[in-house]
Amino acid sequence: MITAGIDMGSRTVKVVFLEELKVDGAPQLRWGVKGKHIMFPEDLDPDQAADKAFEDALKGAGISRDQITRVVSTGSGRKQVKFANADITEVGAGARGAVFMCPTAKTVVDVGAEEGRGVKANAEGKVVDFAGNEKCAAGAGAFAESMSRALQLSLKDFGEASLRSDKTIPMNAQCTVFAESEVVSLIHSATPKEDIAKAVLDAVASRVCAMVRRVGIEDDVILIGGMVHNPGFVQSLKGALGVDKVHLPDMPEYISALGAALIAADGDA
Amino acid sequence: MANYPTEQLKCWKKAKELREQYYINFAKAKEKGGLRWSGSAWALDAIPAGLGNDVYSLTGEPYGATIAVDKKFNKECQDAAESYGFARDLCAYMRTYWGSIILNKYPFGGEFPKPDFNFQTQICCSHAKWYQAASKLEHDTPTFFIDVSVGAYKDLTTERLDYVTNQGLEACEWLEKTTGRKFNDELFIEAVKNEMRSTSLWAAICAENKAKPAPLDEKTMYSLYVLATLSKSSKWCADFYQECLDEVKDRVARGIAAVPNERCRVMSDTQPPWGFLKVFRYLEEYGAVSVGSLYTFGLEGIWETKPDGTWGPRTLPWEKGIEMNTREQAMRLYCDWNLSKPQWQHFYDPRIKTEMMKTIVKEWGVDGVMLHLNRGCEGLSIGIMENRLGLAASGVPVMTFEGNMGDEREFDLGRTQNRVDSFMETLGLKRDFAHA
Repeated sequence: MITAGIDMGSRTVKVVFLEELKVDGAPQLRWGVKGKHIMFPEDLDPDQAADKAFEDALKGAGISRDQITRVVSTGSGRKQVKFANADITEVGAGARGAVFMCPTAKTVVDVGAEEGRGVKANAEGKVVDFAGNEKCAAGAGAFAESMSRALQLSLKDFGEASLRSDKTIPMNAQCTVFAESEVVSLIHSATPKEDIAKAVLDAVASRVCAMVRRVGIEDDVILIGGMVHNPGFVQSLKGALGVDKVHLPDMPEYISALGAALIAADGDA
Repeated sequence: MANYPTEQLKCWKKAKELREQYYINFAKAKEKGGLRWSGSAWALDAIPAGLGNDVYSLTGEPYGATIAVDKKFNKECQDAAESYGFARDLCAYMRTYWGSIILNKYPFGGEFPKPDFNFQTQICCSHAKWYQAASKLEHDTPTFFIDVSVGAYKDLTTERLDYVTNQGLEACEWLEKTTGRKFNDELFIEAVKNEMRSTSLWAAICAENKAKPAPLDEKTMYSLYVLATLSKSSKWCADFYQECLDEVKDRVARGIAAVPNERCRVMSDTQPPWGFLKVFRYLEEYGAVSVGSLYTFGLEGIWETKPDGTWGPRTLPWEKGIEMNTREQAMRLYCDWNLSKPQWQHFYDPRIKTEMMKTIVKEWGVDGVMLHLNRGCEGLSIGIMENRLGLAASGVPVMTFEGNMGDEREFDLGRTQNRVDSFMETLGLKRDFAHA
């Protein structure tokens, strides 16, 4: 059996195919990733984006649509995936995928472009409690992206630059708009870019940490979402959470799609 | 999907008509030589009732909520208040009210009907400033404030009750002096009795929702409780609640459900985002019914702990043989009655509110709580995250969503529905259907 999970995020569409391996034991032994695909929809409308991402993913994995038993969609655009058999929220899908990747995880920190959230999950990957940001980008990847633009650094350079700083510069503003004006002030006062980058990522981590604390921090902690690729943020997050280790899964941006594919395999979404 | 029979509430239409008539009466008060006054839904409105049977009020919060549903006019009011210089993070109802004065526009037609006086209580941090600024905008409308912030009811002392009672008695004299009318004690005592009936009956109606299936859903309850926020001391309000209670009891006896596919019961907190009550209909797609909240039950309902330890409507004084024959007697009982209002207690300690919420969870069979982090009302949002912690510590599933009761710029329907989806998943619910 092959199932599919499709994550219609605000910036990207991710598809994961999951294949049953006919092996008894833990889910990690029974299921293997058959293929994955990420697409930046650019100017495609959501209907077209879902179709195209799915077709490209099928081609990449060398399988046909007929082989897919069940499709579950997730992400902010999940209801626009017309060919999905069911949909699941990104909170539920992320927790399921995260616990699959790290079976000891109890606290899932998910920071994508649009939202940051903390999730408490049980051993089956079911959500026990969750908290997330609302109409505010200050605890999300979009905030870091916006600030990297203000510093005229690529996102990759932005994250790496922050690791070269050992300064702690508090950013008082909670709002992206006001934070940007603080960044501009720091630039005008000739503050090194690496110090500003660290200040920004510390601020994002602090906001995310506040959400995670609402549900409680319990080992093990796993970080999923695009911000896993930002080593500066990972460092800041560890400091804010006060933990020695944060699990960083492989293919972090696919975890919600993976969770959706697992839920598709359950057949109960 | 549908497990229970359902039918429309018969008195719902009458509630709508009474509400509309209230606003028309206020606008037309002057045509028959009547008086108009304005104040909050918590104003001690039995006191101005002593001025005569032709005295009409305009309560500020329901007025703001009414305008919030008219998104175009609401935006005009918000813009007018902000252009005048009022800050955007102030109480949304208050800004809407001021905007309506500044625009000189009344949503029920014509110009804003200027009150003869403002009559207000002070407990919420915005209430006194609201009518102080309104008075200025209206070119010095006479205004009287009664400070009711004397601490939690469980800590009430004789001195504290005296403090509020004496202000009430002083108000009677102020009203005579300000309006030139003689204060009629009989009318006042009658109004006090009406208010006690209204608020106790409303609590009795809410208590019926302990039944499964719930005879009322919270969205419908908003159309009913509003009458007490408009004119709780009027006979028409008390009589309506008696009629409503009879009907709700009949629904319970016949097993009539508000939500036919009821599988899960939630409760909310604070005012909802009035322009987006469809959130409550969205819950129904999962078979979830919001059975009420401390806000809906206790903003106007007056409760007591019954001998068996459960929460129920407060017993009327005359049912306990307590007499109310003089202005002083009535005022003292009236102030005591109001000081026991559940929604006044959290101003002093969020733990009091948490305990009341836990009572509702237990007695109304609530499976999860949806807390509205209402940016539009500092007063009712005070301590709400403390409440969240207290509920979560008791094992009650809680979700939060941010919004604003009266300023749609601070509410995101899609994101809130998404959060509801996650919460429903957490409660193990799947969608029964989707509204078209």
